[in-house]
Amino acid sequence: MRRSVFTASLALAVLIAGALQAAKTVSAQPHQAQASTAEVKIDNFSFGPQTLTVAVGTTVTFVNHDDIPHTVVSTDGVFKSKVLDTDDKFVYTFSKAGTFPYFCSIHPKMTGKVVVQ
Amino acid sequence: MAKKEKDIIQHDHNHDGVDRRGFLKCMAWAGTGAFCVIQGGVLKSYSLSRLSEIGPSEAAGELSFVQISDSHMGFNKPANPDVVGTLKAAVDKINALSRQPEFMLHTGDISHLSKPEEFDTVDQILKGAGPKDTFFVPGEHDVLNDDGKMFRERYAKNAKGDGWYSFDKKGVHFVGLVNVMNLKAGGLGTLGHDQLEWLESDVKSLKHSTPIVVFAHIPLWSVYPEWGWGTEDSAQALSYLKKFGSVTVLNGHIHQIMQKVEGNVTFHTACSTAFPQPAPGTAPSPGPMKVPADQLRSVLGITDVNHVQGKQALAVVDSSLA
Repeated sequence: MRRSVFTASLALAVLIAGALQAAKTVSAQPHQAQASTAEVKIDNFSFGPQTLTVAVGTTVTFVNHDDIPHTVVSTDGVFKSKVLDTDDKFVYTFSKAGTFPYFCSIHPKMTGKVVVQ
Repeated sequence: MAKKEKDIIQHDHNHDGVDRRGFLKCMAWAGTGAFCVIQGGVLKSYSLSRLSEIGPSEAAGELSFVQISDSHMGFNKPANPDVVGTLKAAVDKINALSRQPEFMLHTGDISHLSKPEEFDTVDQILKGAGPKDTFFVPGEHDVLNDDGKMFRERYAKNAKGDGWYSFDKKGVHFVGLVNVMNLKAGGLGTLGHDQLEWLESDVKSLKHSTPIVVFAHIPLWSVYPEWGWGTEDSAQALSYLKKFGSVTVLNGHIHQIMQKVEGNVTFHTACSTAFPQPAPGTAPSPGPMKVPADQLRSVLGITDVNHVQGKQALAVVDSSLA
């Protein structure tokens, strides 16, 4: 008897986990189809979040909130913004999976990366 | 002269060129320029805010020149909505010097966004200065869009590479270096292989007694690497200058006065004429520092340098615009 209760609860747990997984998959699909967006804020000479993880196809907007101009330049030459003065934006769509490190070419101590899955 | 000696760093426990007094003084001078005197090959600098304290012997010398830096023409944020006015005040300060400097050095960030009209405005204002010649090196703000092409066309036509050059004035050898190009992710200012090779050959045949003045935008010593205030390969450059009895290194970039003496080398950073920046590590970032409007000019300024033959130092005098 005790064993069957245990089995039953295990089965229930698996069922719930499965349902959760299914729900996740279902919710992720329309999300991707809508071409999701994300934002990186430049504040106090740093990129936030420093590591941004997004799905393939996500359009990322980089916004400079500092009083000093910055740039967003891919370390591997994949993308390069113009100089962003205060409140200027740089928009880039990540269409391939991978890790994309970048930095500010004016203040190279400022680094960040976008992980595209 | 003895009066000025007290400003030389006496207790440099951290070997960072800054003691507490020096730090407070730097803060008081932030944003000023400096007056430099080369005496016997050693450069002494005085804040322009303290010009009235400079006696005739300090100001005298075979050669005197003025360093200005970081005009950031085009900047219009709260830290200083009138960078035109403060650059004009710097020129007035230069014109009021008891001994007129023979020329000016501008250690970069002439403009804020590398725009032609920003450079034009600075050129126009500097025409009002007594000294007619100005020697420029670029800051990172001057080479934003075109790898420095416009800068070189305007200010460094006969220079080598990205804009480095040397010249001689009354026995003093001046070297203008460029350390704001081709910066690498995570790194500091960079001189690069070609420029280092040029520097080595440029100074090779000079007599050891020749006073050397090196000027570049980003400090050629490690002021605060966490904020990018240093140059990756500056040690290599300085190794070529070891044989000289007097080397003076003048930089900008950090918008505040710092000085360090290491053997025969005196390092000095000038104030900006535009806006002050925080002392290393005292703020979340090195962004422009907002001070009350009536205090702004006390933290901006120029640097005057004098050289006297037979004496051991160049005198560098920093003065605020207040």
